[in-house]
Amino acid sequence: MRGFRTLVSLGTVLAGLAAAGPAPARDLTVVSWGGTYQDAQRKIYFAPFSQASGRKVLDESWDGGFGVIQAKGKAGNPNWDVVQVEAEELALGCADGLYEKLDWGKLGGKDAFIPSAVSECGVGAIVWSTALSYDADRLKTAPTSWADFWDVKTFPGKRGLRRGPKYALEFALMADGVKPEEVYTVLGTPAGIDRAFRKLDELKPNIVWWESGAQPLSLLSSGEVVMTAAYNGRISGLNRAEKKNFKVVWPGSIYAVDSWVILKGAENRQAGQDFIAFASKPENQAKLPEYIAYGLPNKAAGALVPAAYAKELPTDPANTAGAIPINADFWVDNTEELTKRFNAWLAK
Amino acid sequence: MSGLRQRLVALALVLPLLLFLGVFFAWPLVTMSAEAIPQSVVARGLPRTAAAAAAWDRTTPPTEAMREALVADLRAAPDDQALAGVVQTLNSAKSGYRTLIARTVAALRGGEGPADLAAIDRRWADPAFWRPIAAETANTRPDANLLAALDLRRDEDGTIRSLPEGASANRRILVRTFVIAGLVTLACLLIGLPYAMLMASLEGWRRQVLLAAVLLPLWTSLLVRTAAWFILLQDNGPVNGLLRAVGIGALPLIFNRTGVVVAMTHVLLPFMVLPIYSVLLGIPRNLMQAAGSMGAHPIRAFVEVLLPLSARGIVAGALLVFMAAIGYYITPALIGGPQDQMISSIIAFYALQTANWGMASALGLVLLAITIVLYAVYHRLSVDEPGRA
Amino acid sequence: MTDPFIRLDRVSKAFGGVTVVDDLDLTIGRGEFVSLLGPSGSGKTTILMMLAGFESPTAGTVSLDGARIDRLPPHRRNMGVVFQSYALFPHRTVAENVAFPLRMRGMARPEVAGRVARALDMVQLGAFADRKPAQLSGGQQQRVALARALVFEPAVVLMDEPLGALDKQLREQMQLDIRDIHRRLGLTIVFVTHDQGEALTMSDRVAVFNKGRIEQIATPREIYDHPRTRFVAEFLGETNLIDGVVDRAGAGTATIRVADGTAIEAATHHALASGEAVTVSLRPERLRLSPSAEAPNALPAAVADSVYHGDHIRVRIDAPTGSLIARTPRGAPEWDRGARTFATFAPGDCWVLPR
Repeated sequence: MRGFRTLVSLGTVLAGLAAAGPAPARDLTVVSWGGTYQDAQRKIYFAPFSQASGRKVLDESWDGGFGVIQAKGKAGNPNWDVVQVEAEELALGCADGLYEKLDWGKLGGKDAFIPSAVSECGVGAIVWSTALSYDADRLKTAPTSWADFWDVKTFPGKRGLRRGPKYALEFALMADGVKPEEVYTVLGTPAGIDRAFRKLDELKPNIVWWESGAQPLSLLSSGEVVMTAAYNGRISGLNRAEKKNFKVVWPGSIYAVDSWVILKGAENRQAGQDFIAFASKPENQAKLPEYIAYGLPNKAAGALVPAAYAKELPTDPANTAGAIPINADFWVDNTEELTKRFNAWLAK
Repeated sequence: MSGLRQRLVALALVLPLLLFLGVFFAWPLVTMSAEAIPQSVVARGLPRTAAAAAAWDRTTPPTEAMREALVADLRAAPDDQALAGVVQTLNSAKSGYRTLIARTVAALRGGEGPADLAAIDRRWADPAFWRPIAAETANTRPDANLLAALDLRRDEDGTIRSLPEGASANRRILVRTFVIAGLVTLACLLIGLPYAMLMASLEGWRRQVLLAAVLLPLWTSLLVRTAAWFILLQDNGPVNGLLRAVGIGALPLIFNRTGVVVAMTHVLLPFMVLPIYSVLLGIPRNLMQAAGSMGAHPIRAFVEVLLPLSARGIVAGALLVFMAAIGYYITPALIGGPQDQMISSIIAFYALQTANWGMASALGLVLLAITIVLYAVYHRLSVDEPGRA
Repeated sequence: MTDPFIRLDRVSKAFGGVTVVDDLDLTIGRGEFVSLLGPSGSGKTTILMMLAGFESPTAGTVSLDGARIDRLPPHRRNMGVVFQSYALFPHRTVAENVAFPLRMRGMARPEVAGRVARALDMVQLGAFADRKPAQLSGGQQQRVALARALVFEPAVVLMDEPLGALDKQLREQMQLDIRDIHRRLGLTIVFVTHDQGEALTMSDRVAVFNKGRIEQIATPREIYDHPRTRFVAEFLGETNLIDGVVDRAGAGTATIRVADGTAIEAATHHALASGEAVTVSLRPERLRLSPSAEAPNALPAAVADSVYHGDHIRVRIDAPTGSLIARTPRGAPEWDRGARTFATFAPGDCWVLPR
């Protein structure tokens, strides 16, 4: 649903800019990604926290985008308290001072979490992965790598990729033989970027570009594409709900951490700290994989997840082999320039 | 006395309208225009560096004074938010400042006295990372965003040049936006004009059914209609199923311009049909009979009589459709291919993703300016024919 | 009628099951001015529409000069049409409107200009050539419409209540103008109207329509003086109708016994049988009010009402046969209410209708 609501978000931003007057006391407002994921969060985090603390929780959803966070910050008295953000929004907002500092004492210390989930301004909520996916009922031979993704002779048909430079450039380099762990080193040089675009040139006629997370799944279901990059959480969800046989190719996948943050100056920042602490407890986090296959940043939570669910998670040791974390710093620096270039490349 | 009172009452009556226009029309326009013009944020955020860099030749390594001034400026910043604009502007000029400044600020925090910038991040040793600072503090160019919106930039010597090929595609996308809007307008006209004529020629329930058919889409959310077309136009969707069944075979209808034009035409058709229909209703039916009795073939009568008389409705409908189509975003994003993205998606990218409000506003202004020019051209054309119905 | 120029042969027209024109025959001669007269819904306009080609008959044939035209589209019929609402093209000037039919015929520009100028002069609008229709008065607009319908010298000019929207004075002026043009150009004109005065003053012949049929078609004089049916007698002008039974039928005259037993002597133009039920039509202007009963027919009556109309006086009297209207000329003796009088008339003044 992400791309779908962007227009709505724009409206929210403008409304936020316009609303300058004092607001009456609000309920604790928690903002997340919507869809089945937020349904699960409501069940295991929002409602239980509300019951335990006696505070009402109002949950909203958004589509991401640093512009939205910045507009909320500029408005002075943000109408959101706790927001789940992606790694880049965490880095950008933290550098620009748009988030409150977290009280790590409440969270049980930084050591309780995997390193990539720890920051001054945010704590990891989930670990999710963007990976090559295909419908095993349609493809006789299983693709195993991004090189296979680029191989239209062996696997004829269209491929789905997220529209935008992020992921597309990384996957292109891997398909071109760059080792996963070296991808960002290569991408850090102008020659590396040129190389990635050249590799994308090869596949361009066969790519269907998607924007919202639900699209690659419907593309796969309808047979519009034979394989696609997709978010792993949605794959296992769909397999369970619609008895599909979609497979995830873990090597070469890129995982990322989404974090909880508190907007600077938010009215309910204290309650927000309590909420984040509640949602970060291992026993609470461990309930999530039953609903959606996202990895858990709290180290202790991983051990509590039943084995049947654990093997679908990006954090399962079998799945991290050959996978790399997203380099948020690279994208924080280069999103604007590379998106411009990507759009120009698309328009050619 | 009563005259003044009357005037006050009249003013009070139009006040809500004036407020509405001011708040929802003038104010956003003014703020958008202001946003498009870059403020000298870098010079204000880094005043010492600006002074020190004024004398620098921009090719040799940065001077000791500049480095000291930058350290002092970064330490003097009251909080991170104060630097946000500086970082945003510099990163737009050259990728890398986001992490560079964040890392440097973190390293300088709490410390005092001279610091070795190159040791904190070796990018500081590269003159390439000093040049944007010097350039942005030396003279802020008010037209930088507007030029960038058109894939142009000013060189150091002030001449305007195109951005290198492949760096940005705003111009191409702007042209494409107008081409798609034009195609949609044409398609709406080709369908809408006969439809409106049919509707105007019928009476009773038949007319009501046609009217409902054209109004119904207006009462459905844009998203729902777009999603419906997404399903209909798929390679394995109902439309292609039908085409296969009648032996034509599947056509590529989705992720290309055909799909975008089909879906947008459906969404915007009411805006073409309704103005034409209302104008047609005012045309006496016996004009066509009169033309026929004077020896005009129906086609000739249509061209000579009905078409010129319905021109006002056609132009109004075409303007409505065209203007609405220019701003389309969701439909091309979902139904279109990479060659069909319109300028709104670029504006949304700058506004929502990178928080580059300057570029978003500049693109918006360019769009507005082109639209106003087109409207002026239309106005001139319509004034050239005085008395046309 | 010289030769049948326009011929409608057993024409019917139904709209959605409702018969508007019912098995109708009509022939019109070349150069003739024929009015189609009748109440609204009587089918007269539908006939005109079928002549123009805007409607096609459900059954029967329409022919012009011996050739069938009922399948011909309007633009190939060469008929000028003048509409009640003028139907001028609002986006064209007066001259352009008049030039339209000539341009449609591919006429050369200079010739078009000449003809347009002549046509506009004919309707005295030469000075208004460059105006738009909206800048003209109703009467001027209708004259433009007339010029436009005549300029291409059509075989037939069809007029659909062309003067209906004009005020009385203008209407009478235009009636004269149209009649004048008809005479000068020798046009064949079919003129639809519901105004019986208009039909009587302008036409060579009048066809009276009722319920999709022609009740009578004849010269104005014939149709006024000798209506064939009660409907025609009532529709054209005012008349007093007295029901009765033929008492004695002779050659050229008959004695009709009316309701109260009074006998009326009437001249007849067709044979009547004794005992036949008839209606006597007596035009108000034929009735004379007289103090004495010295006349072939004299009905004793009392004056009920007397109204001054300027050019005549309208007197309502109560006679044994019922209420009657008499129209007495200006200057005739005035009658007070309640005065006793005799309504007198000659046998030739009344007209016997079948009942």
